[in-house]
Amino acid sequence: MIELKNVSKTYPNGTKGLNDINLSILPGEFVVIVGLSGAGKSTLLRSINRLHDITEGDIQIDGKSITRASGQQLREIRRGIGMIFQSFNLVKRSTVLRNVMAGRVGYHSTLRTMLGLFPKEDTDIAFEALNRVNIMEKAYARADELSGGQQQRVAIARVLAQEAKIILADEPVASLDPLTTKQVMDDLKRINQELGITTIVNLHFIDLARTYATRIIGLRAGEVVFDGPVSEATDEVFSAIYGRPIQQDELLEERVV
Amino acid sequence: MNAKPTVQVNDRPKAPNRLKHILTAVILLLLLWGSAVQTESSLGELASGLPNMLDLLREMFPPRWTYFNNIVEAMLETIRMALVGTTLGAIAAIPVALLCASNLTRTGWIYYPVRFLLNLVRTIPDLLLAALFVAIFGLGPLPGIFALAVFSMGLIAKLTYEALETIDHGPLEAMTAAGANSLQRIIFAVIPQIQAHFASYVLYTFEINVRAAAILGLVGAGGIGHYYEVTLGFLEYDKTCVIIIFTLAIVLLIDYMSMKLREKLL
Amino acid sequence: MMNRAMKTKLDTQAVRKPKKKAYRWLIYAALALIYIWAFSGIPYTGIKDSAGQIFKAIVAGIFSPDWDYVYLPDGEDLLRGLLDTLAISMLGTFISTLICIPFAFWAATNMSSSRWVSGSGKMFLSFIRTFPEVVMAILFIKAVGPGSFAGVLALGLHSVGMLGKLFADEVENLDKGPVEALIATGASRLQIMWFAVIPQVLPGFLSYTLYRFEINVRSATILGIIGAGGIGTPLIFALSSRNWERVGIILLGIIVMITIIDMISGSIRKKLV
Repeated sequence: MIELKNVSKTYPNGTKGLNDINLSILPGEFVVIVGLSGAGKSTLLRSINRLHDITEGDIQIDGKSITRASGQQLREIRRGIGMIFQSFNLVKRSTVLRNVMAGRVGYHSTLRTMLGLFPKEDTDIAFEALNRVNIMEKAYARADELSGGQQQRVAIARVLAQEAKIILADEPVASLDPLTTKQVMDDLKRINQELGITTIVNLHFIDLARTYATRIIGLRAGEVVFDGPVSEATDEVFSAIYGRPIQQDELLEERVV
Repeated sequence: MNAKPTVQVNDRPKAPNRLKHILTAVILLLLLWGSAVQTESSLGELASGLPNMLDLLREMFPPRWTYFNNIVEAMLETIRMALVGTTLGAIAAIPVALLCASNLTRTGWIYYPVRFLLNLVRTIPDLLLAALFVAIFGLGPLPGIFALAVFSMGLIAKLTYEALETIDHGPLEAMTAAGANSLQRIIFAVIPQIQAHFASYVLYTFEINVRAAAILGLVGAGGIGHYYEVTLGFLEYDKTCVIIIFTLAIVLLIDYMSMKLREKLL
Repeated sequence: MMNRAMKTKLDTQAVRKPKKKAYRWLIYAALALIYIWAFSGIPYTGIKDSAGQIFKAIVAGIFSPDWDYVYLPDGEDLLRGLLDTLAISMLGTFISTLICIPFAFWAATNMSSSRWVSGSGKMFLSFIRTFPEVVMAILFIKAVGPGSFAGVLALGLHSVGMLGKLFADEVENLDKGPVEALIATGASRLQIMWFAVIPQVLPGFLSYTLYRFEINVRSATILGIIGAGGIGTPLIFALSSRNWERVGIILLGIIVMITIIDMISGSIRKKLV
């Protein structure tokens, strides 16, 4: 359970990134956040695992405040939240397996991980994760030898190896072509359903949001302007979120044709 | 994670062999260990020698500022040597660079041997050149200037020919089409493309040469380096300190001016 | 056609050649003055009458070198001198690599919160770089006595200046993405370093280390001139005792060694990138 209470973020230069946001997200939900670029989608997502600090309010993960946590406590909360990025954020020169193992470092002492002394179960978990996203055969390839879609799947495997209860995905398909986009979104959806991991995704494409989400949150200028199930998110609602009619480039299918 | 059966170990791809990495590490360690033995390096000796060095540093302070007047002329000579040496080297580097560039000198039997000779010249460090020239010409700034000139020629020619090989071929073709001879092609199609780079390389070499000229005196090739021997020989470390500070100040000043100029050029 | 074109006189006044700015001429004048000052201040006298003769003797020495000196069963010979030079540069490079890594992170702008911190690191590195290695060697000789160890220490300390700066540049070019990803997994600071930063910068570090090694081999050949070990010592002796055949073989040895080192190091560096 993720709870955001009166969350606001003001940048040092005075601009408001988030404005008084109140949300609670239940375990197992597949939430898609939509909005124009600059509406605060990324800021909101990165506040949840505190890659960005908020200036007001409180964010609680399963009853523990990440806003007030620090040191070991903060790292333990972060360990339970996996994150997937637009640019994959793999170490390109390291092997796929090593990138996936990076998801395990939060569970062990610093010295142990630096010496490479991961327990055998960790290797099993890593291979299991790679198998789940169907790229186990690439385990010993260097990450930069893989295509964009494969790299994003490695990033998903890293989150799986982390055994997180929550996955945050910040524009996970923005640098992928339509076909790989579907594969990656299918992976995320499957993991959400099979393992019951709460998933929150920032998306640019409206039709993708409708296909995969169980709940859609619309952001505009740092405020929540829509929050409801997919069935209620009509074209009019989207136009309201975006402040203008839906455009061609916000639909993935149209671009494929 | 229990929804699916665990992946069998046999199904996994095989880990690549790490022997190569281990072997490299072992060889490297052996080389370093051998080097330590060969040079008779030991931490113990460093630890026992450190107090000596601290004593020396303590004797350097406060610097004997009055010594400054004795070495101003030598410092000016150092700068002169660097300036003249760099200039002579830069002039000599132009034909060499043109001969080395494979896109201007089209014949392999010219540019390969010239490059080979250039590389040979570049293997000899400047202080060694100076020691040789002192043996040939005798003591004084002239052998130092020659050493710097040869060294600068090597460096500038190398940087310039590498830049020459990346120039745009369009203008060259246009000049050929207009019926120009090789000299005209160089003047109208090559020089305009390369002159800023060349000037920047000359300045860069000048920075290096100022540092080099400051120590050439140690082998008798003129400049302020001579005074290191004089003051250290008489154990006048407070004077040595003045030389070091003065040199640092001049080098930093020249570096700064040269850097500003280079920024403007490119 | 041509005639008609010729008749319409071109109005050349309309397109005027742009005037060169006055300060350009000022720069040229200043340059000229500097050159007059530089060239007029050089004493063009003092060349030994025997210069031509000695030059010929050295060239002759290179072409008929003292081959016996390559290996002497007992004592100082060319191979041992070169080996010593190599050992000095290898150990010196290794020491400087170890020392400069913390300095590189200190001086990298993306690793510290304030510009003052990285700025002071950069200042410090440029100070070390400016301090000539030969002078450092003289100081170390005072501490540990003459010999190769002083050379090792001088190279080890002096190289920190340049290597530290190159390493800092490499750290500044690093991709922040993996760092962010590691923070998100709940990794500690050291774990972030080890899993996201080091793998990215390591190839660059190795390549620069090799590059500096090439430079250090050259430097190590001259350290002997002031008594800090290596092939420079026998060279200075041979020069002062006018043993030109020996000068010849030592020069040949240095040239061959540096050429081989450059080739090996260059090919490894190409593989690393």
